[in-house]
Amino acid sequence: MGILDFFKNKPKNTANVAKERLRIIVAQERAQRDSPDYLPTLRREILEVIKKYVNVDPDAVLISVERDGEHEVLELSVALPEKANAALGNG
Amino acid sequence: MGVGTLTEIIVVTSGKGGVGKTTTSASLAVGLAKRGKKVAVIDFDVGLRNLDLIMGCERRVVYDFVNVINGECTLKQALIKDKRYDSLFILAASQTRDKDALSRDGVDKVLKELAEDGFDFVICDSPAGIEKGAALAMYFADRAVVVVNPEVSSVRDSDRILGLLASKTRRAELGNGAVEQNLLLTRYNPNRVESGDMMSIADVQEILGIEVVGVIPESEGVLAASNAGIPVILDETSNAGLAYDDAVARLLGENRPLRFIDAQKKSLLSRLFRS
Ligand SMILES: Nc1ncnc2c1ncn2[C@@H]1O[C@H](COP(=O)(O)OP(=O)(O)OP(=O)(O)O)[C@@H](O)[C@H]1O
Ligand SMILES: [Mg+2]
Repeated sequence: MGILDFFKNKPKNTANVAKERLRIIVAQERAQRDSPDYLPTLRREILEVIKKYVNVDPDAVLISVERDGEHEVLELSVALPEKANAALGNG
Repeated sequence: MGVGTLTEIIVVTSGKGGVGKTTTSASLAVGLAKRGKKVAVIDFDVGLRNLDLIMGCERRVVYDFVNVINGECTLKQALIKDKRYDSLFILAASQTRDKDALSRDGVDKVLKELAEDGFDFVICDSPAGIEKGAALAMYFADRAVVVVNPEVSSVRDSDRILGLLASKTRRAELGNGAVEQNLLLTRYNPNRVESGDMMSIADVQEILGIEVVGVIPESEGVLAASNAGIPVILDETSNAGLAYDDAVARLLGENRPLRFIDAQKKSLLSRLFRS
């Protein structure tokens, strides 16, 4: 067993995978932490509405509240799948 | 106030369970007492008492934290004096199943009394999770030692704990300066870091963004210590024990380089025949 291991290809660097996943998870959770409680529900409902027209992935909808001086800005971004993009003609 | 402000309250916390909080609490408490500090270490894990076992004083538990809070005994009666260090005292958790047995006022009362009694440090061994017990363990803290294993779930949970420390503590509520946050990375395996299947100190630190107070290697000495009821910091033949001693020195402001963080060079033979 030991000998086989030794001659096998180097395994994939899973530590880097872990770190990349964490970077995203932690950024998301930190953003959520400082945002209003209604955001998750709002996000779900927006996703439902969009799904009536375009078949998007659940993680295609990003929503956050940014502070801009005295104002709070609700930022919403929806990544459309490539086909849908073409159909809507907005390149 | 007055005398009270001299007592530093340290919570040992993590979010995720089983990462090494109790092991850490016991060793930090012993290390501080060894340096002449007057220390109380409190088990906040109501229903799952553990610290007394790690400290080796389980047979001397008569009264517990909840008994004190409920006025069923005095704090003096409940504090168990350590057999090794005169200035070290343990307050055991209650085995009650009542999750509401701890109250904020009750905890406050006990901490105030410890301050009046001239304790230098109170170490609060937090239960896992983010529910009431963990929330109470951190509420009065001046400093948090966040215990982390180099794995995704532990790091994620620790970040949630950092969020709570910044909002759900007395210091946060009073705007009284932030709770100081220190990272204690444990069960660290330098060989696995080198081979790329464990996150490094730098990786974890970059994600969490807090200062490292200690890196404790994965070590067989920890189980042996818990078997014997002797906190691992007292085992000077164990790298984990030595690493905990460094961590205590850093808590007291000493500047010590990290040890035991480099991979052991293995001979070709041992690599061929590793199991
Ligand atoms: N550096 C280490 N090397 C090897 N084993 C360790 C190390 N640190 C802790 N352990 C082991 O991990 C287990 C959990 O440790 P411990 O009880 O301290 O964790 P905990 O965070 O207090 O758990 P809980 O969340 O249940 O309170 C124990 O079996 C302990 O021996
Ligand atoms: Mg524990």
